[in-house]
Amino acid sequence: MNVDIRPATVDVARIREDFPILRQTVRGKPLVFLDSAASAQKPRVVIDAMRDAMETQYANIHRGLHWMSERTTEAYEGTRDAVASLMNAADRSEIVFTRNSTEAINLLAHSYGRGVMRPGQAVVVSAMEHHSNLVPWQMLRDAHGIELRIASVTDAGELDMAAFEALLADGKVGLVAITHMSNVLGTYTPAERIVQLAHAYGAKVMFDGSQAIVHRRVDVQALDCDFYAWTGHKLYGPTGIGVLYGKRALLDRMPPFLGGGDMISSVTYERSTWAEVPHKFEAGTPAILEGIGLKAAIEYVQAIGYDAIAAHEASLTDHALTRLSGVKGLTIIGRAQDRGGVVSFTLEGAHPHDVATLLDRQGIAVRAGHHCAEPLMGRFGLEGTARASFGIYTTHGEIDVLADNLERVREFFA
Amino acid sequence: MASLEPDVRDLYQDIVLDHSRHPRHGRRLAAFDATAAGDNPMCGDRVQLWVKYAADETIADVGFEARGCAISIASADLMAETVQGRSRHDARALFDAFRVLARSGECPQCDTSLAEPMERLAPLSGVHDYPSRVKCATLPWHALQAALDGTKEATSE
Repeated sequence: MNVDIRPATVDVARIREDFPILRQTVRGKPLVFLDSAASAQKPRVVIDAMRDAMETQYANIHRGLHWMSERTTEAYEGTRDAVASLMNAADRSEIVFTRNSTEAINLLAHSYGRGVMRPGQAVVVSAMEHHSNLVPWQMLRDAHGIELRIASVTDAGELDMAAFEALLADGKVGLVAITHMSNVLGTYTPAERIVQLAHAYGAKVMFDGSQAIVHRRVDVQALDCDFYAWTGHKLYGPTGIGVLYGKRALLDRMPPFLGGGDMISSVTYERSTWAEVPHKFEAGTPAILEGIGLKAAIEYVQAIGYDAIAAHEASLTDHALTRLSGVKGLTIIGRAQDRGGVVSFTLEGAHPHDVATLLDRQGIAVRAGHHCAEPLMGRFGLEGTARASFGIYTTHGEIDVLADNLERVREFFA
Repeated sequence: MASLEPDVRDLYQDIVLDHSRHPRHGRRLAAFDATAAGDNPMCGDRVQLWVKYAADETIADVGFEARGCAISIASADLMAETVQGRSRHDARALFDAFRVLARSGECPQCDTSLAEPMERLAPLSGVHDYPSRVKCATLPWHALQAALDGTKEATSE
């Protein structure tokens, strides 16, 4: 039995040394990077892994009969093992590499939506989806006669579970495609309960875990979800590589997404046959270097440990909610009980873009706007919010800098 | 803690803040000859403006309703003030000159016959140092151009 004896704490000062970019100054001020939910910064081990591959061990994969190709294939496929271990997938073949979460969800909408679902069935999403988990389903609805149902969220920003269950009641729902953690409200959805309910009504479940997997351990077998999508660049890895986990039996039933090299078994002028899962879904030369970088990112996260990450971020989030609530005229959007390190807010008398620009002048990076969740903004009667989001390198002191500067922004526009 | 000034005064000059808080032209015109909307779907800024022409075809009045940041509202108000009494041709020339000003901070037209109106728009030149905000400043101008062209919708995306 493996006993994890690592303390559930994070030595932030030491972690910050792993991220070269955090030593940068912006507009003459130390960088205060509070936009990790959009994309996280990269530790030295990720940078080195990609550079080392280019300098010492690189060729195209899955096809070369030479040493370089074989070594590079091993390195790239090693990432599949690392991802399977990270998510506790039952088998490495259940890990499909994509460009990002968006492509993973589009793959699912195409191959499961058109290939397995039948016209007349329905897909349920929530009212707090990123556009990447809404638009592909709208496209499926329009192309394939699938009904699209939206599960409402409460004023606190939580999934309305009664409304959610009501949407499942008629048994027409083939798939629930829902965020595991909102990129705007910070809300975690009750994943276990969602899966239980969906399965009870005969629906499969896909989680958009783009945010959640950064902050919380995801065990797809314990969760019993059918699909799980996420992206490498938010987990301190490179851009250009994402993951779709799917249960093997379901992936086997799904037709390919893109056609081309690597995804075939044999090709004649007349017809082709498909490679086995997961390669059936991986047409063309993949993001080899990014895959290698992602493995380094996963190992980095696992060395710190999800318990320590979650404890650090819970502490940061509590601190942020306390400090920001103390800023006069500031309203926090989303007050879910179970939430992570993403805090959206509005400031009376100041448009979110002006807030972001004034903070930027102080070296503080936040995001402002609708955060690719335009319908959710409408749900809360807003045009946009400013959003601070945290990573493992975020300090309590940075949140204090944010809160102090928000006071100054408020005074400036008063 | 010290106030934000002077760190942000390059962009948020007093005159810009004043026009954003108290726009002089922030109203729907009861009688108008043209109207158009400007929309930045990516950031949610939206402006609707109305134009009234004089008998000699010059721009007699511009009114607007805007939803957006301080920069877009101040820019709409300064634009309305600046194009009033000018020909459509001059208004288009001012847009061209303003676009250069907003993107580069430079004002090649400031030595020409446009010097006086361009000086009025100069407080917005600081936006050039914030590339993501340039479209906030140019949105109302896109809407004005659409109104002058007789089209209904414009975007500065």
